[in-house]
Order: sequence, then structure tokens, then C-alpha cells
Amino acid sequence: MASRDLTGGDFHRHTESVLQLSFSRKHCPPDRKHATLAELRNGEQAVLETLDLPEDNARRLMELGFLPGHVVSAAHSAPSGDPRVFRVDGSEVALRRETARHLKIRVAD
Amino acid sequence: MSDCHDCHVNSAIAPPPPVRSLARKTVALVGPPNSGKSTLFNVLTGLRQKVANFPGVTVEHRTGFLRLENGREVDLVDLPGVYSLDPRSEDERITRDALSGGIEGIRKPDAILLILDSTNLGRHLMLAAPVLGLGIPTMVILNMADDLHKRGGSVDTQQLASQLDAPVVLISAAKRQGIETIRNYLEGQFAVPRPVELPIFQDVPRCRQWSAKLGLRAKYRAPAPPVWTRRLDRVFLHPVAGPFVFLAVVILVFQTIFSGARPLMDGVESLVSHSGAWVANQLPDVWWRDLLTEGVWGGVGSVLVFLPQILLLFLFIGLLEDSGYLARAALIADRTMARVGLQGKSFIPLLSAYACAVPAIMATRTIENKRDRIATILIAPFMTCSARLPVYTLIIAAFLPDHPILGRFLGTQAAAMLGLYVLGFAAAVLTARLLKSSILKSDRTPFVLEMPPYRWPTWRFLGLRLLDRAYVFLRRAGTVILGVAIALWIMAHLPLKEGKAPPIEESVAGTLGRVVEPAIRPLGFNWKIGIGLLTSLAAREVIVGTLGTIYGIEGDAGNGEASKGLQRALQHDLTPAGGLALLVFFAFAMQCMSTIAVVRRETGGWKWPAVQFTYMTVMAYVSAFAAFHLF
Ligand SMILES: Nc1nc2c(ncn2[C@@H]2O[C@H](COP(=O)(O)OP(=O)(O)OP(=O)(O)O)[C@@H](O)[C@H]2O)c(=O)[nH]1
Ligand SMILES: [Mg+2]
Repeated sequence: MASRDLTGGDFHRHTESVLQLSFSRKHCPPDRKHATLAELRNGEQAVLETLDLPEDNARRLMELGFLPGHVVSAAHSAPSGDPRVFRVDGSEVALRRETARHLKIRVAD
Repeated sequence: MSDCHDCHVNSAIAPPPPVRSLARKTVALVGPPNSGKSTLFNVLTGLRQKVANFPGVTVEHRTGFLRLENGREVDLVDLPGVYSLDPRSEDERITRDALSGGIEGIRKPDAILLILDSTNLGRHLMLAAPVLGLGIPTMVILNMADDLHKRGGSVDTQQLASQLDAPVVLISAAKRQGIETIRNYLEGQFAVPRPVELPIFQDVPRCRQWSAKLGLRAKYRAPAPPVWTRRLDRVFLHPVAGPFVFLAVVILVFQTIFSGARPLMDGVESLVSHSGAWVANQLPDVWWRDLLTEGVWGGVGSVLVFLPQILLLFLFIGLLEDSGYLARAALIADRTMARVGLQGKSFIPLLSAYACAVPAIMATRTIENKRDRIATILIAPFMTCSARLPVYTLIIAAFLPDHPILGRFLGTQAAAMLGLYVLGFAAAVLTARLLKSSILKSDRTPFVLEMPPYRWPTWRFLGLRLLDRAYVFLRRAGTVILGVAIALWIMAHLPLKEGKAPPIEESVAGTLGRVVEPAIRPLGFNWKIGIGLLTSLAAREVIVGTLGTIYGIEGDAGNGEASKGLQRALQHDLTPAGGLALLVFFAFAMQCMSTIAVVRRETGGWKWPAVQFTYMTVMAYVSAFAAFHLF
């Protein structure tokens, strides 16, 4: 139950701290096991791998272009850094971090 | 005034459906959100369905009629945008139901016009799979050709047509290019398409592969990214400059509405008072002359003065919606919405509530989560709708002298107005917080919002929309406000005493005012304001007309400029603290029949409107009381 919760529990907080570490050094690809869309910053790109979301929500995101194998690049965000606009499949879609962290990525070259 | 349930002003223009002949066809417009369905609908039918540059504008089905050159009659149905045919929200459900003939009053379509955005064909073509799978004759329309070509994209429509076994056209609805082909299609024989292949619709990756293959065969060259959108977003979504621009826009809007509209309002005002004086001079001294001058001119005239201001407000809202900035504003505001437990999508209906709560409440249909939707419906009437504008303007102008704060950019009066807007927003947000942490708690659905490219507003439509607004406003002034003014004038002159009207305090109207007076005395209001509060139950701005009538009868406002007289009369009747209390009362109270009606319809019962009305009234009363005593 808790891990399905979109708002994220302890599990996510943990993930986030790991990621911050891996991102403090630029150009260093994020830790493969944990990389999610939420860690991409403005201008960075990645290939989407899986959507770790309930079926229904995943479908909606896929209809908007968030399909496994597609390149996603991060663009501007709201002033607080959340939500962020992502460019995917020819359009720009804003997602909250709480959603973005469920989209697993592999960093593109 | 505003749209209110008059937002269907268009239906007044639509021809009534004549007797249904066998040859008459029903054709549905289907497509992803923001692909230009309503634009095409307007072009084909000549109606004025709302068009704006963000996804989720149309939330209702809307039928328009057109007669083609060969005499065929078509009922064209504009529908809400959908990403697929399995609905997730109320508006998407409408589209699905309309396609299966499940909506009362709409026959199952004989044909479909599938509108896709040609600048984003890869993704939009996915929708072609389930739609063609319906087995209904379909024409595939690739819209935004102008944009596609400008950005260097291209597509071979014939190839695509042969793959889909359906006619395909590349058009620009906004530029009215390629419309003839669509008319020709509508005149001809409809044939069910048999595409070369179709994927399983439920499998989104498969659908996308299918559309990619089609794109390849049709030599689709995707356009270059929109350069200007990127440039503008660099400013509007800049972490520092962005919020600053946001604030600057808001301040500009308020200052313009407040002081920019002045000359125009003064113009209307002198028109009203001169015509009133002229009428009074022309007529013999009979009782109905007074009814005309005091009741009609005093009542309706004092509301008419606000027409320029309200049109200006609508112009700004229109610019924000049509340019695409609205979606960015929703993005910036999402943080606040998240704090109170709502999602950024709720922000769009709330923004349109600045015009009128009625269309805003309908716009909540795009919110997938039922409880989020109800919460948004419940807080929408707190947003400062355009009907509050005349009330605020009048009271502020009467009690607050205007001094510059930020030089010419912001004066005290505009700042006070801004403060009232903030107050309404704060009340909305706090109420949402309360609701979302108690009775309407829910799991969150993800916030997903497509950012449309920036576009030039279509000036023609913007102009027409303002005309529609003006018409709605005038119609309301000519019906509700006029009716109340006349009824009030008569009630203020009855019962006759020895053939003469009694002093207004002793008239029927005065007695009514006196009956409610004890209840509102603690708020600093006297019986005249009481009458205004009673009549404003019909609609908020009616209080302005009512006060105009009352003071007109008393003769206070008789000399020249009505609103100056009205202001002076108000200063007589209210202390500054009472003025503040009245402002606060109007900020929170739910004095709008149309809103109550639409909440009942959208929530399917009397429960929520009753809760809402009670909550808002109690809040208005308590806050006005506090304002009066603490000030
Ligand atoms: N450049 C260009 N813009 C267009 C064209 N057609 C429509 N638009 C713009 O696209 C935006 C969306 O148009 P709408 O007609 O409201 O789209 P819709 O499909 O009805 O949208 P929803 O009701 O939200 O599903 C508006 O800003 C239109 O002005 C076109 O041919 N070219
Ligand atoms: Mg539409």
C-alpha cells in the first residue's frame, strides 16, 4: 500500500537523498538502480525505462508520450522546482515530483 | 454578470432544430484536447463556442446546425477532447457516451471528424486507432497546417489516407484553409474505413508503434520545436523573473481595470444621466415618469456604468487563456494548490471563476478525482467573480481616497481591490485545506498538465467574445436588474396613503428592510443596505442597482452624476467600518442563484449546494461582524 502511495513515504525520502549525492558531481550518471525522472534537471535527457505506477495512471502518462524507450528531457520548472515541465514525444507536459519519481530512467548519451 | 448561466449565450444565436428529416446527419468532432475542434466547429457552424489555448476548454457537448450546398442538413457536435476512448474524467465520459449514442438528444453519429494536431502527429495519431475501430465513417483532419509549415514540417496526406482507408486532409481551422474539403466530405456518401491494420487499443505502446509506422509511411517530418515558446518560457518560467512577471501582470491588470476604465465609465455615466434628464424633460409629470427616472435610470443606469470595467476584465482573461500563459500560471500556482491538498489542474477552473463561478464549476469536469472535483466546486464561488466588481468598485471609491503607492503603477484603490481578490483566494484555499483534510480526503491522482505552445490570440474571436459578454451584460441589465428595479420602485411607493406614496421607510420595501435590520445591525448595515442584501440574492450586482433606485427615490442622487451621488449617499449611510464589513460580506457570501443551480446539477443533489450556501453565509456574517467591530 504505502509504496503505491503517490505522495511517497519514507522509501522516497531515502531515494531522494541517494540521488542528491549522485548528482552533486556533474556529468556523473545517476545511480542506475535508483534513477528516476525526478532527478533530471533543466536541460538533461534520459530514456524512460519503466513506469512504476498503478495501471490507470500509467496509461494516462503513456497516452501523453511517457512510453518506455522514449527520450525525455527536462525543461523549466515552477519557481520552487516542482512541478517540472518535461519534453517528450513532441509535447511538453508538466509533472509533479511525486509522480516523476515513479518513472524510472536510464541516462541517454 | 459575465457568462453565468448565460455563458450559453450562443444558444440564443443557434437556429432551433427544425423537423428532423431522414437525410439529416449527425457528425461528431473528436480529437485530443487543444487540437482545434471548437475552432473548426465555429468555422463550420458560424457559432461561437469557446476557444482557448489550453487543454480542457470544452467540457460539454454542444450541437450546431449547418446546411450544406447540396441541401444536406448536418447536426455537428463539438465534444470535449480525449486522449483515448476510455474515459478518466467527466468530460471524457461525455465524448465516449456521445460516440455510442448514449447521450439524450444526440443521435449516434453517422460520421466522425477526427481532428488531430499535425504538429504533433506521432502522438495524436494514436487516437485514430480506437476511433477508426468504432466502425463509423471517419474523416481524419490534420489541423494547424500553418504552424506545421512554418516550422518546417510536412506530411503526405494521400499516403496516410491509403493506410487508414479514410479521407485525410491537412487544414488550418484558425486560418480557414482547407474547409471546403471538409464541406465536400460532409455532402458526400459516408463510408466505413477499413484500415490496413489496427493495433489493440488498450495497449498504448503498441498504438504508439502503429502510429510511428504510419508516420513513416506518410513521410511525416515533425516540425522544429517552437522557438518562441522556448524563448518566452525562459522568461515566464524563470525561477526569479517568472514570479516577478506574474506579479507585474496581476498589478497591471488591476490598475488598468480600476483607473484605465475610468474615462470609459465616466462616458457611460454621463450618457446615462443625460439621457435620464432628457427623458424626464420630455414626459409629463405622471407617476410613471418617476418610475422611469428613479427606478429604471437610477437602478439599471448605475449598473450599466460598470460595463467598460467588466469588458476590460474579460479582455485580460481572454488574453491569458488564448496566449497559453494560463497553463504556465497553473504550473506556478501548483505549489500552493499542493499545500492545500488539491492539484494544479484545479487552478484552471479557479482562474476562470474570476469571470464567473458558473463556467468554472462546469470546468471542474476535467478533474479526474471525484473528491478533488467536489472540493474545487465548493471553493470556486469564493473567487472574485465579475459580478462583485461593481460592488467593490462602488464601495472602495466611496470610502477610500486614491493615493499613488507605486507611482503611476498602483494606487490605493487598485491595491484595495487587489486585496479583496487575495482575500477571496485565501478563503478558497483555506476552505480547500479544511475539506481535503476532513470530509473530502482522498488519494492523489497525478498532476499531469500539457503545456500548449504560445499562440497569438485570434483577435476576431476575442472581439466576438467581448461582444457576447457585452450582450450578456446588457441582457441581464435589461431583465433581472430592470425587473428588480421596477418591483422595488413599486414596493417603495406602496401602500398609498390618501392617494400619495408613503415615506420610503414606511413603504413595503422599507418594511422589508426594517424586518431584516435587526439581523444586520451588528454588521453596521441599516435597512437600506438590508434591502440591497435581499435583492442581491438574485445576483450580486443587483445591490448596486437597488441602492441606485432607493437613493433615486430619496432624491439624493438626483443631481447629475449618478455614481458620485451614489457614493455620497453611501457615505451617509455607512461608516467606513460598515463599508469594510460590506466588502467582506460580499467577498464571502454566496449570493448567486445561478451558482447554486449549477452546483446542484454538477453534484447531482441538494446536499452540496446546501452545505456550501450555509458555510459561505455563516462565514460572510461572522467575518463582516469581525470587520465592523475590529476596524
Ligand atoms: N496556429 C493555429 N492555431 C490553431 C488552429 N486551430 C486552432 N488553433 C488554436 O488552437 C487552440 C485550441 O483550439 P480549440 O478549438 O479550443 O481546441 P479544442 O480541440 O476545442 O480544445 P478542447 O476543447 O480543450 O478539447 C486555440 O488557441 C486556437 O486558436 C490552426 O489551424 N492553426
Ligand atoms: Mg473545444
